[in-house]
Amino acid sequence: MNNDSAQECMEEREKIRKILEKWEGKKDLIAILLSIQDHIGYLPEDGMLDVAKYLNISESTVYGVATFYNHFRFIPPGKRHIQVCMGTACHVKRGGTVLESWERCLQIREGEVSEDREFSLERVNCVGCCVLAPVVVINDEVHGRMDSTKVDGFLLRYQLESEGKGNGSESDINEDEKGSGDGDND
Amino acid sequence: MEIMINERFEELKSEALKDLQETNDGEGAVISVGTATCGRSAGAIEVVKSFKDVIESMGIDAKVVQVGCHGHCYAEPMAVVSKPGWPPILYGYLTPSRAQSLIRRFFNEEDPALEWALGAVDENDMIPTVFETPRWSLERRWLLKNCGSIVPENINHYIASGGYEGLVRALNMGPSETIENIKESGLRGLGGAGFETWKKWEICRNIPGDRKYIICNADEGDPGAFMDRTILESDPHSIIEGMIIAGYAVGAESGYVYVRKEYPQAVSVIGSAISQAKEKGVLGENILGSGINFNIDVNQGAGAFVCGEETALMASIEGKRGMPRPRPPYPANSGLWGRPTLINNVKTLALVSRILAQGASEFSSVGTEACKGTAVFAMAGKIQNTGLVEVPFGMTLREVIFDIGGGTPPVIRASNIAGERPIAIKKSFKAVQIGGPSGGCLPDSLLDTPICFNTIVETGAIMGSGGMVILDEDNCAVETARYFLEFTQNESCGKCTFCRIGTKHLLDILSDITKGAGVMEDLDLLVELSENIKQGSLCNLGKTAPNPILTTLKYFREEYEAHIKEQRCPSLECKDLIAYYIIPEKCQRACDACVGSCPTEAIYTRRDRLKAIDQEKCVKCENCVEACPPQYDAVIKISPISELPASEPRDNSLSGQENT
Repeated sequence: MNNDSAQECMEEREKIRKILEKWEGKKDLIAILLSIQDHIGYLPEDGMLDVAKYLNISESTVYGVATFYNHFRFIPPGKRHIQVCMGTACHVKRGGTVLESWERCLQIREGEVSEDREFSLERVNCVGCCVLAPVVVINDEVHGRMDSTKVDGFLLRYQLESEGKGNGSESDINEDEKGSGDGDND
Repeated sequence: MEIMINERFEELKSEALKDLQETNDGEGAVISVGTATCGRSAGAIEVVKSFKDVIESMGIDAKVVQVGCHGHCYAEPMAVVSKPGWPPILYGYLTPSRAQSLIRRFFNEEDPALEWALGAVDENDMIPTVFETPRWSLERRWLLKNCGSIVPENINHYIASGGYEGLVRALNMGPSETIENIKESGLRGLGGAGFETWKKWEICRNIPGDRKYIICNADEGDPGAFMDRTILESDPHSIIEGMIIAGYAVGAESGYVYVRKEYPQAVSVIGSAISQAKEKGVLGENILGSGINFNIDVNQGAGAFVCGEETALMASIEGKRGMPRPRPPYPANSGLWGRPTLINNVKTLALVSRILAQGASEFSSVGTEACKGTAVFAMAGKIQNTGLVEVPFGMTLREVIFDIGGGTPPVIRASNIAGERPIAIKKSFKAVQIGGPSGGCLPDSLLDTPICFNTIVETGAIMGSGGMVILDEDNCAVETARYFLEFTQNESCGKCTFCRIGTKHLLDILSDITKGAGVMEDLDLLVELSENIKQGSLCNLGKTAPNPILTTLKYFREEYEAHIKEQRCPSLECKDLIAYYIIPEKCQRACDACVGSCPTEAIYTRRDRLKAIDQEKCVKCENCVEACPPQYDAVIKISPISELPASEPRDNSLSGQENT
């Protein structure tokens, strides 16, 4: 299992090296960090060190900028990244209970990742789909007119989907991924 | 040179008209579906696919095009069907299956399925137009003119509808006359502060410097606002044109569009619009043969509300933490990388292109003496017709909210009893929050205020960039203030002590009040602290953060007092002050709708077979209120909790069976 996570780490650094190559000396720190997160899903610590070296700026500058902006994450997101909108319109239409419902059903708090790395939960400020409030964004797909009672339905669908997949040859891969996830948590 | 510019533009225009004609005036029908973010999330992409499938299977001569957002987001997904022999008809609330049967009926049976139509969009003798309804007739569209009617990803559509004519006029007039034209129009910055646009331009123009920058502020951080997003997605060229004109007027050759990362579609649309504009020669080197150069880059924000402030925004483009700095020096003197910089909001820049094309006097004839032109609002929250509205300045808030917006919608509660229809429960208007976290909550008594920068400021709110969230009787004023403070406290960059620590204290006090732990002295403390934060903060985030508290305290003081003195939340929203209760007289023995809805198994069956709630287990999610058939209406909220009747014992003989 540890080998797996070490392997994952190596792959990430390789990806970051490729991203940095594309920038060809352009010193745009925020754009580079955004690009890394787009490709990897979060900002690994080693990655930020590489960026600092590449831009020839201090590590604290990179970390300072990365932690300043809400968009950057420092832990890998789950396979399904759930963003619950907490804009004003969502708030007045009881988006708060939707978030609580996700927390209750997934048994994680906002900002956390479930133990099997299937789900991660995040609150976001506003996704600009106020007319469909309350809104939840799951892996970049917007779901409007949410309701705390709809959460169970989503989870059931995901469960059925993964069980459906489980019949095929992908089940082994799923198991492996779960394994490495546990390894990380240890 | 002028002749050359005009000649080149005429060429572009005739090309564009030809392209548009090919789309619109062919033999076949044209179906334009709104596929901006709001349409997409309501299912517009599935509707597009459904239209395409049915057209192909029936072998009809028709085209499906994807346009931007009409602003009538409540009826998304929407489509305009233009069939030869019929006026173009706008349909709303579409679904894939409706799209299919609409096409079948319209094309096979010549039946336009008018029950799904909102109305015709052109005058005709057959079908009433949408313009006869107040939602359309009271609007005055300058900024949103093209939204939903052109294909945003096709520059030819923009040019054919009068686009880039403003640029050509500016190039013919020269920079100083261009600024003079903007002055004549009376345009004021629509980002929120309302500073006169021409003044900003002239100051920047008069600062010497070989390198200047134009920045388009599209960092729409205000939660509950989506005007800028819609314009970026539906009419991106109007912004590009405005930026080129601004660049020409002040003498800048490069510009940045600073867009939020949360708007991926806007980022991609503006990016492709920039490359199209370059291809056509209206952007880039030697624009239309005039010898003028202008280039635009897109810069993505990474989610920080404070970056809407101009100095913070520039720091962010420079790759630093987005922290504001003291002004002066103003950006016009020393802005991005120390160079003279002009920053305008998306709406201001888009209006510049319209004003130059259509004439300053036409623009200034709309609106009031102090505020010329139109204001755009994004209406959301508890309002019937959500979406974008554009109205002339001077219209009252009441007209916008009730005549155009349709007022507060009822709550529709479905029943699980066979044969019973859903019941609509009327809700009354409570307040309108304008200006986002920097604005304020205005009650019904102030709704006759005419919309104008100055009059809105007098009420304690601010005009802001145009977010308008409507609250109804179920929304608590204290909780709303707490929500905004939570937001600003989170988003405070931490530079100024008063903003960093002061907002935290405000938030703590408000949280205490919403939990029933406040004291009356807190109210004076809130006001005092608010005044101090206003004075002690550098940028407008801190200066305006207390506005939601000050306005709610001013207009809804009795709610604060009820929370403190009686531990009662009059709107029944604050969780710590309410309890859910099933009225035994209303509860029906045979029904167990609430039991199944409870996520924590807090609802149990009493000895008399009626249901009751175990307060220890209840998480106050309100599922049971919604599950209880409205004909019984047995589940209520009680505040203060001390008024909750004693609970009846559980029927132990049923334990373990009640859920089956």
